[in-house]
Amino acid sequence: MTPLPPRFPHTSRRQALTALAALGAAASLPLSANGQATADGPLARPIPSSGEPLPIVGLGTWITFNVGNDRALREQSTAVMRAFFEAGGRLIDSSPMYGSAQDVIGDGLARLGRPRALFAADKVWVGSGARGPEQIETSRQRWRVPRFDLLQVHNLLAWQEHLPTLMAMKAEGRLRYVGITTSEGRRHREFEQIMREHPLDFVQFSYNVLDREAEARLLPLARDRRIAVIVNRPFRQGDLTRALARHPLPSWAAEIGCSTWAQVLLKFILAHPAVTCAIPATSSVDHVRENLAAARGPLPDAAMLERIVAQVEKLA
Amino acid sequence: MSEWWTYRPSDFLLFAPRTYYRLVETYNAESWPWQAVALAAALALVALAWRRARHAGRIVALGLALAWSVIAWRFHWERYATINWAATYFAAAFALQALLLAWAGVVGGLDYGGASRRRRYAGLALIVTALAVVPFAALAAGRPWRQLEVAGLSPDPTAILTLGLLLVARRAHWTLSAVPVLWCLASGLTLWTMKAPDAFIPMLAALVAAAAVASLRLRGR
Repeated sequence: MTPLPPRFPHTSRRQALTALAALGAAASLPLSANGQATADGPLARPIPSSGEPLPIVGLGTWITFNVGNDRALREQSTAVMRAFFEAGGRLIDSSPMYGSAQDVIGDGLARLGRPRALFAADKVWVGSGARGPEQIETSRQRWRVPRFDLLQVHNLLAWQEHLPTLMAMKAEGRLRYVGITTSEGRRHREFEQIMREHPLDFVQFSYNVLDREAEARLLPLARDRRIAVIVNRPFRQGDLTRALARHPLPSWAAEIGCSTWAQVLLKFILAHPAVTCAIPATSSVDHVRENLAAARGPLPDAAMLERIVAQVEKLA
Repeated sequence: MSEWWTYRPSDFLLFAPRTYYRLVETYNAESWPWQAVALAAALALVALAWRRARHAGRIVALGLALAWSVIAWRFHWERYATINWAATYFAAAFALQALLLAWAGVVGGLDYGGASRRRRYAGLALIVTALAVVPFAALAAGRPWRQLEVAGLSPDPTAILTLGLLLVARRAHWTLSAVPVLWCLASGLTLWTMKAPDAFIPMLAALVAAAAVASLRLRGR
């Protein structure tokens, strides 16, 4: 078994567990579907730069929402969004890189009567800074929203040019939060540098039971710099859940309220106190409900986290 | 793109296999009954080329040019581009191929006067692949008949058919093979990323055609 890297590199395990417990109790609040705190909603964590609570499970749209003009698949995407909002979800994340996903989201939101709870997160993805504003406006029209809550520089593409644009939009009140993204462990050194030097509200990167590189530097830095963290590829684009589907769920999964492998994988991520939100993508209503169910109940403690890593490394 | 070596083909697949095959199915439904017309026209072109009929070169080139232009517009531009932004470039490449074939048709750039036996049979193998192996392989892979791809309307069998008809010719400029070979490689890679069991077919067709063209050029023919 690969030793579990420390989740708090500069603190002892006892301190880490204490912090984890404190965060679990104080920072994870249940929310209702419209974003108000309730006793029975999904757990939420505050966005550090504002204190606004955000449910800890969001909805990614990479591949799953790129369905073109296929009417039946668009209706299925709308059903996924409906189930997501009904279960108390808020953050939907997309990008101009994702083919027709933005159009499909906009179509679905219009059919659902523009849910008030929506936290619209998108990205700017163009090599020219001058073309950024035009692309953002096109994205906004596709989503059919008055403004985005969060805009991120996708995969750090031309970030030096796009960040000033996004910061200016935020200063003018046309945007609420600014962030940057990467995936699959790429350009972490540069990513870290930007986190240190710029007043970011959000960062987004990959983190899951098998890809834990972010635990060493990015997650602690996000906590220190009070930057919200969105986690992408929680299931390695489905590879992890497919690999684990062949194996029965261990009985200990019930101790953390999990009835599926996907929930175990999500709870591993959500147990990290620096994580604000994970964004699994799905085209299945059952799966989105299952994912949101992982935002309820107990989160794993340190011993359980080690158990999850050992089991998944053995089976996947 | 920085750290380009860390990217895999799957990182560029923007859609789910189910979405792609449903797009093919919708395209087929909206194209019906042109599949029958396209198949009949493809068989007629093959017969003309194989029998070395008079004006076969011009008719084959212009017929293929029509197919490539239809696919550029109706498949890539109107449909595939809705789930893959790269399809706008594919549409441009298919339009370019249509122009090259049309030019070859006008100036008599295809000549079916009598290619070598080996070359004719290599071409025939690709033609059979385009017209029969591609659809049967799709069925064998478990896809329904509504999602079958037909030469003349769908890119893969049309590219393979084009390569076959170019090989059967006694004279065909190598530039006419470039776009079909590149498309077959790109499509094969996409299908492989989608874990389609028939992904090897366009790749193999591209390799056979490229090897044949390279061998002919090395021998100065």
